[in-house]
Amino acid sequence: MSEPVDNAKRFTKTPSVVRKERNEKIAQFVFLSMTLAMVLPLVLIVGFLVFKAWPSLSLDFIFDMPRNGMREGGIWPAFLGTLYLVIISLMIAAPIGVMAAVYLNEYAKDNWLTRTINLAVINLAGVPSIVHALFGLGAFVYAAKMGTSIIAASLTLAVMTLPVIIASTKEALSAVPMSFRQASWNMGVSRWQTIWRIVLPNSISGILTGIILQVSRAAGETAPIMFTGAVISVNIAKDQLFAYGLTDECMALAMHLYTISTQIPNVPESLQFAIAVALLGVVLLVNALSISLRVYLRTHRKW
Amino acid sequence: MLHRSKGKVLREAIIEWLIRICGISAVVFVFAIFFFVFWEAKGQIFSGKVNINTATATALTKVEGIDNALADKIVAQRAQIDPKKRNTVNWLLEEKVIDLEQFFEIESQIKAKEFSFWKFLTTEKWYPASETNPRYGVFALIAGTVSVSILSMLIAVPFGLGSALFISEFCSPKLKETLKIVIELLAAIPSVVWGFIGLTIMNQLIMQIFGAPIGITVLNGAIILGLMSVPIIVSIGEDALQAVPDSYREAAIGLGVTRWQMVYKVLLPAAKNGLLAAVLLGIGRAIGETMAVLLATGHSVNNPFDGTFPFLHALESVKTLTATIAAEMGEAPRDSDHYQVLFIIGILLFTLTFIVNLSADLIVKGIRNK
Repeated sequence: MSEPVDNAKRFTKTPSVVRKERNEKIAQFVFLSMTLAMVLPLVLIVGFLVFKAWPSLSLDFIFDMPRNGMREGGIWPAFLGTLYLVIISLMIAAPIGVMAAVYLNEYAKDNWLTRTINLAVINLAGVPSIVHALFGLGAFVYAAKMGTSIIAASLTLAVMTLPVIIASTKEALSAVPMSFRQASWNMGVSRWQTIWRIVLPNSISGILTGIILQVSRAAGETAPIMFTGAVISVNIAKDQLFAYGLTDECMALAMHLYTISTQIPNVPESLQFAIAVALLGVVLLVNALSISLRVYLRTHRKW
Repeated sequence: MLHRSKGKVLREAIIEWLIRICGISAVVFVFAIFFFVFWEAKGQIFSGKVNINTATATALTKVEGIDNALADKIVAQRAQIDPKKRNTVNWLLEEKVIDLEQFFEIESQIKAKEFSFWKFLTTEKWYPASETNPRYGVFALIAGTVSVSILSMLIAVPFGLGSALFISEFCSPKLKETLKIVIELLAAIPSVVWGFIGLTIMNQLIMQIFGAPIGITVLNGAIILGLMSVPIIVSIGEDALQAVPDSYREAAIGLGVTRWQMVYKVLLPAAKNGLLAAVLLGIGRAIGETMAVLLATGHSVNNPFDGTFPFLHALESVKTLTATIAAEMGEAPRDSDHYQVLFIIGILLFTLTFIVNLSADLIVKGIRNK
């Protein structure tokens, strides 16, 4: 006859179970705190920047001209310059990028050329922004004789944003189910018509999301425009939306922040922080727009 | 057979060709970047042309009866006839413009000024603005880049991979969505704003905490860069973890292990290549980052490594490769030695990041083929 089993003992945790449960708790805690250590700085930093900038922040700040050697007043020329750079660079990069993605996703076969293109896209995305600046200086400013101008800076930014637009567009295109295309082809519709009538309309929102994201990137970059178009100070006509010409030099928000915080002495602190907040605000706003668009689309997908 | 007008067919053909051309645009741009950065630096790379010419001209002015203008003229004329500029001096000797002693002096001066890639990489003296004797040695700048990158990775890799693990394995789906959005916003902060944060907030903090005389240091740049590279490590790392099939997880959990044991014994080995790629891309970002380090690491050309403890002096200011280009390009006139040397630094950076990105890509491809 077997010995009576001690039920209390049967349900006690063995040392190894105790240990593994303790380790589990430790691991969870460590990873949670690591994640928080990444998230908290964002909140703290943004909060601190806004707090410091508060005295200078107002709507007028954006639409006012800088005064007294940029130590007072607003940021209108820089704001307008950034607007120009972003719009022109995306007007160049978006069509090329979308068409390149259409080629890669809809036309390209799996051969050496496609592999080379994919490799080039990845490497182009990894090129440091300062090398883009050197490229822009050599290619657009000097070789193409554009001089330091809005168009040279925009082209430089366009090359920089291109690989990311290609990647995000490709993703949006490949999300369209293959059956959509097959149905269209079976009706005798040509390849391009299928893309134009079926694939693009079904992926346009995803494509736009990717492009909007690049607005914020183009607005925030400083290095590529430093030598190609953005300068410390430009006098432009007040209250005029078309104050810059394509071949003019311009001011830019990101460049303005760099200038104000390093090149010009005795700038009041709140003004520096206000410029940082304005730049951060523009970038985060555009990003939030892109993210909410994406979330909306995911919940309202047709297929 | 469907009937389609000729115009339509033609239009379609044109559009499809346009698409093909755009398709190869990325390749064209990569080559164009390499070509133009190389082109602007060509004088220095091929035989240090500019240096030899200026060296010869300077040496010639020391010869009696030759002033600056004449020296320049002699050099310019000889340079046209003979692409091997060194022969200018031989010619002067043959024509008895200079004697043997002067010949050797000029030769040694030329040799001292000649651009040598090895010397460029291994000497520490970076005096581009010196009027009498400019020297271009990027060793200290490389040390600056390496020190900031290493230290930032010491911060970003554990935190980035830890966050990736937490987001992918330990948190609820709702929290996961929120955290991913926050990480995305973190990635969106422009580098010049990060630099500004380093220059103002971190600068003060480091001065107060460590009692350092100056707060814009290696440590400052590394913390800023660390925060900047975390999002990329998190998002790529999370992708790598998601790529591990759920059946692996289910099998492990089914055996009664805890989540952490499953992560440690199953997920990490399975996803290690993807995680390595994430780290490499983070390094690539750290090496290439410009504005943040320009503002946050100070401006002194300085090698923070030495033999004494703790080997990497994090409370010293350094200047990185990227920051040097950004800070000095505005002052360098086109085609001057300084200008060309800055472009050579550009080639160096381009090559470095190319290698890093290529290896990351190959590692990721390796996983996919398995």
